[in-house]
Amino acid sequence: MDNPENTAANARKPIDIIRAGMRRRRAAETRFKLYGVAAITAGLLFLAILFITIIGNAYTAFEQTKIQLDVYLDPAILSPDGVPSSDALSSADYGRFVRDSIRSLFPAVESRRDVRALSALVGRGAVYDLRETVMADPDLVGETLKLWVPADDDVDMLMKGHIEREGSEDERRLSDAQLGWIDQLQADGRLEKRFNVDFFTNGDSREPESAGIWGAAVGSFYTLLVTLVLSFPLGVAAAVYLEEFAPQNRWTDIIEVNINNLAAVPSIVFGLLGLAVFINFFGLPRSVPLVGGLVLTLMTLPTIIIASRAALKSVPPSIREAALGVGASPLQTVTMHVLPLAMPGMLTGTIIGMAQALGESAPLLMIGMVAFIVDIPEGVFDPAAVLPVQIFLWADSPERAFVERTSAAILVLLCFLIVMNALAVLLRKRFERRW
Amino acid sequence: MQNPPVGSGVKSATGVHRAATVPREHRETVGEVRVENPRIRCSNVNVYYGETHAVHNINIDLGHNEILALIGPSGCGKTTFLRCMNRMNDTIAGCRVEGEILVDGVDVNGPEIDVVPLRARMGMVFQKPNPFPKSIFENVAFGPRIHGLTANKMELEEIVVTSLQKAGLWAEVKDRLEEPGTGLSGGQQQRLCIARAIAVQPEVILMDEPCSALDPIATATIENLMVDLSQNYSICIVTHSMQQAARVSQRTAFFHLGDLIEVGETNELFIRPGHQLTEDYITGRFG
Repeated sequence: MDNPENTAANARKPIDIIRAGMRRRRAAETRFKLYGVAAITAGLLFLAILFITIIGNAYTAFEQTKIQLDVYLDPAILSPDGVPSSDALSSADYGRFVRDSIRSLFPAVESRRDVRALSALVGRGAVYDLRETVMADPDLVGETLKLWVPADDDVDMLMKGHIEREGSEDERRLSDAQLGWIDQLQADGRLEKRFNVDFFTNGDSREPESAGIWGAAVGSFYTLLVTLVLSFPLGVAAAVYLEEFAPQNRWTDIIEVNINNLAAVPSIVFGLLGLAVFINFFGLPRSVPLVGGLVLTLMTLPTIIIASRAALKSVPPSIREAALGVGASPLQTVTMHVLPLAMPGMLTGTIIGMAQALGESAPLLMIGMVAFIVDIPEGVFDPAAVLPVQIFLWADSPERAFVERTSAAILVLLCFLIVMNALAVLLRKRFERRW
Repeated sequence: MQNPPVGSGVKSATGVHRAATVPREHRETVGEVRVENPRIRCSNVNVYYGETHAVHNINIDLGHNEILALIGPSGCGKTTFLRCMNRMNDTIAGCRVEGEILVDGVDVNGPEIDVVPLRARMGMVFQKPNPFPKSIFENVAFGPRIHGLTANKMELEEIVVTSLQKAGLWAEVKDRLEEPGTGLSGGQQQRLCIARAIAVQPEVILMDEPCSALDPIATATIENLMVDLSQNYSICIVTHSMQQAARVSQRTAFFHLGDLIEVGETNELFIRPGHQLTEDYITGRFG
C-alpha cells in the first residue's frame, strides 16, 4: 500500500490468474462429462440386459406347436334327428371326436393307458377350438374336418427345446412312446410350430397352450378408462382451483403437503383403502375394473394434481394480467388462456400417471383382481384381470410353458408403456410447436 | 392466487421495503392535485404489501382527455398506485389498498363494484408487451368477444380493424391477421396490446411504462398514438423517461419512496419544480 506502483507491477494481472486456473476448470468439466457418460452407459447396459432377457425368453411364446387332426364329424352323434340343432351341437362330446381322430392316426395303439398317453399329446384347448368351429358352421357336420389344434404344452416345450429327451423315462414329462408318436407326427407333417394367435386373442387358462393375454389387456383397458375418466377431470379441477382460485393460507398449505404425501404413499395402502371403502362399505363387486379404476384413481390423482399445478405455474403471469386487464373474469382467464397453455404439461403428467397405473399390481391384488378369470370382460362390471396381475399369475404357475408366456406378457406391457410415453412426448412437442 | 408479477408488484414491494427502513415523516404534496370535473379522483390512497407500507396517502385527480404522467425513481410506488385504479392489485397476495378512488364519482373499492366491468372501463397496457399466444385477430377480438359487445362476426371484424387502426398497427398487420401476435416485433406487440385494450372501448387507459422495452422509433410511434388517443380517453402513464413525460403529458406527478411529492402542469413542473427532490430528480442528481 505504501508503494502502489511497485505493488501493481508485482501483482499478477487478472488475466494471468484466469489462465492459470483454466487447466483445473477444463479438467473438472471433462471429469463431469465422463461421469455423465458413465452413468448413461450403466443405465443403458442394465436396460439392454433387461430387454435381452425378456425378449430372449419371450420370443418363443409367439409360436405354438400345433397338431393337424382329421376330425370326422359324425352326424349320428351331432344331429341324431337329422337336422343339427344348436342344443345338440353345444352339448356334444367333442373330447371324443378329438380322441378318436388322434387315435385314427395311430391304429396300433390299443391299451387304455397308451390311448390316454396319446390323447394327452393334444392340448385341452383343442376341444373348445373344435366346438367353436362346428358351432360357427353347422354345415360341417358329416364331413371330415382338417383342423390344426394346439398341442399339449409338454409337446410344445419339447419342440422348442425347453425339455429334454434324454434321461430316465420316470423323470421325463414325456414317455418314450409319446416321443415316438411325436416324431411320427412330425415326419407326417402333422406337427409344426405356427404363429400363436391364441396368445393374443384368448383369456387366461390353466393350460398354457390356451392361455392368452387379451383378457388381461381388455381388463387393463377398462380399468385405465375408469381411471382416466375420473382422475383427469378431478386432478385438473383440483389443480386449477388450488393454483388459480384458492386463497393462500394455512389450509391450502396443509392440502399441498397432504397431496405431496399421498403421491408417496405405497400403492398397496390404496388397495386396502379400496377394499375397505368401495367393496366392504359401498358393496361394489370384487375383481371388477370399476373398483380397480377407482383405486388407481386415488393413486394417480396426486401425480396428476402435482403435474398440473407445475404446468399452471409455468404459464407466465403476464398472460393472466393481460386477460384480467381487458376485463376477463377469473374463470374466463383460466379457461381461455391459462388452461390451453398449461394443457401439454397436464397431459404429459396425466399420461405418466396412467402409465404408472397401467403397471400397478399391488393395490389390485387387494381388491380381488388377482382372481383366475377366463372370460374376456365386456364392461367395467365384469370380473377382469389386468396385465401386471396376469404377469404375476403366470410367473406363479408351475408349468414350464408359462415362463415364456410371462416374458411375452411383460413384453406386451412394455409395448403399451412405450406407446403411452411416446404419446406423452409427442403431445408435448406438438403443443409446444404451435406458436 | 398468482405470485406477484415480476416487474411490477415485486419491484415496488422490494423497492419500498428498502425505503421503509429510512426513518422519515409523511411529506405533503406540493402543487395542485385537484382538477375541475375529474374522471378519477383519488383521496388518501394507501397500499400495503403485508406489513410494508408501499404507497402513502396519495391524493390526485385525473381529468377528462388528459394525459397524466407518473414519474419517479424505481420502487417509488407509481406502478403500485396505477394498479390500484383498476384493482389489478387484487391479484397480488397480501396486497391491501385503503382510501378512496372515485371513477366518475363511484368508489372502485366499493362493495357493489364488480371488477370485471371496472377493468373493461379502465384499459391497461403493461410494461412488457404481453400479447396472447393467439392470432393477431384473436388478440384484439378477445375483449369484445368476452364482453359480448358485438352481435355478429361483421361487427367484431369492424372493431378489430378500427382498434388496430387507432393503435397505428393496421397498415403493418392487415395482411397477416391470422399470424400469431407473439411473432410481431416488440413495438408492434405493444401497439397490439394497446389495440386490445381500446377494443373494449374503455374510458381510461392506464399505461405502465409501455415503452421501457422499445427502441426510440417504436417509442415515438406509441407516444404519437397516446396523444391521438387522449382526444377520446383519459390516459395515466407511468414512465421512467422524463423526456417522455415532458413530450406527451399535460400534467406530471412525481413520486418518491411511496409519497406523492409534487403534482403540476408538465411545463411548469419541469421548468420550475416546486420541491427540492423534484428538482434533484429531473436534473438527474439521483434516480
